[in-house]
Amino acid sequence: MNYHWNWGIFFEPNPMGTGTYLDMLLSGLVLTLKTAVLAWIIALVFGSIVGVMRTLPSKAAGWFGFCWVEFFRNMPLLVQLFLWYFVLPELLPKSTGTWLKQLPNAPFWTAAIGIGFFMSARVAIQLQAGIGSLPRGQKMAATALGLTTFQGYRYILLPMAFRIILPPLTSEFLNTIKNTAVAITIGLLELTGQARSMQEFSFQVFEAFTAATLLYLLVNAVVVTAMRFLERWVAIPGYITGK
Amino acid sequence: MFSNFDFGVIIRALPYLFYEGMTFTLMLTGLAALGGLVFGTAIALMRLSGYKTLGRIAGVYVDFMRSLPLVLVIFWFYFLVPYIGQWLTGALRPISVGAFASSLITFIMFEAAYFSEIMRAGIQSISRGQPAAANALGLTYAQTMRYVVLPQAFRNMLPVLITQTIVLFQDTSLVYVLSITDFLGAASKVAQRDGRLVEMYLFAAVVYFTISCIASFGVRRLQARIAIIR
Repeated sequence: MNYHWNWGIFFEPNPMGTGTYLDMLLSGLVLTLKTAVLAWIIALVFGSIVGVMRTLPSKAAGWFGFCWVEFFRNMPLLVQLFLWYFVLPELLPKSTGTWLKQLPNAPFWTAAIGIGFFMSARVAIQLQAGIGSLPRGQKMAATALGLTTFQGYRYILLPMAFRIILPPLTSEFLNTIKNTAVAITIGLLELTGQARSMQEFSFQVFEAFTAATLLYLLVNAVVVTAMRFLERWVAIPGYITGK
Repeated sequence: MFSNFDFGVIIRALPYLFYEGMTFTLMLTGLAALGGLVFGTAIALMRLSGYKTLGRIAGVYVDFMRSLPLVLVIFWFYFLVPYIGQWLTGALRPISVGAFASSLITFIMFEAAYFSEIMRAGIQSISRGQPAAANALGLTYAQTMRYVVLPQAFRNMLPVLITQTIVLFQDTSLVYVLSITDFLGAASKVAQRDGRLVEMYLFAAVVYFTISCIASFGVRRLQARIAIIR
């Protein structure tokens, strides 16, 4: 191999004048996490609403949920980001479109919203499965106690369902973090983007990607550990995973 | 809103989009799924082999691949494969690898991690008595796997395997980051050449959506047909 390794590169100043190359990667990491967290909040909110709708007795709600999930699940994330970023401003009235295009940090907001909606379909499916895994008697008992549908979901079904689907939700959150890398295509300088530009400036391909890889592994490990604690904390007594 | 929507742009670009772009996308999807399945099955067998070191190596590989974003893995292989090729062939310089070969290797290695988890679940779903019976009949390990366990595991997991292939089909669009002319890449090249982003990206979205929808509908039908009633 005639590749010139230079691990000291991380401590050399980057050409952007924002400190060292390491600072560049770390700022990418921060942006990755910010995007992922915002996207995850959007995914949880919309995914929960749609997931509940898919379990309601109302046919219209079920149909809406079905369409939502199929729409966001059957298109590549990259295409969805392009639709949000390039197509949506053109389809809106001219003034709104121009305002959208000139928004500061447009790639960040687009990425968070695009990834959030993309993941919301997956959250909805998980939640639907979680609610479906509860014994029918729980819903019936809630009705028999005089709880309204809303109260039944709020106090009986959802607290159980969310705790049951915590492990798959963890991997969906990890997917959200990984999916932020797709936003490199709309110019978001998250971790992969920063590693790529470090490679372009310094020609140290493998150092840049090794560092990015290690940072992703680190984030993964932290999230998995934190979620394991959360799982233990909210475990349902009497279930296999419970105390 | 759609006042200056120009269908002509799409129609003129159709041959390019499908002959160049879609052919690339479908070839990549098909070959990567096949390769991923073969390697994935091998990894699953390693994990279930009972040899601790072998199992651990396979486990680390799967966890490693699954915790990285596909875009980063695409970049990794794009830059790494020429050096690996140089090392394997003993050439003086990093060999140049075509766009297709590079992305095919990437997707096979990446998908193998995901397919291996599916095959592992499939193999574990076979009741213990079956390999035991095969053993009692005098079948070797290879024969047991080849004739008893794997056909059933494959059949049980077929819907999941196809679903993963649909995901793979959508993920191949990410080769866009290497400026490769897959379906989306072709659409984007036309879009930028003609300044028709709206038409081309909407059309690409519709095509991806239709294909994925039909395929997942097919999976649902298949699932109902091949389900083993126990």
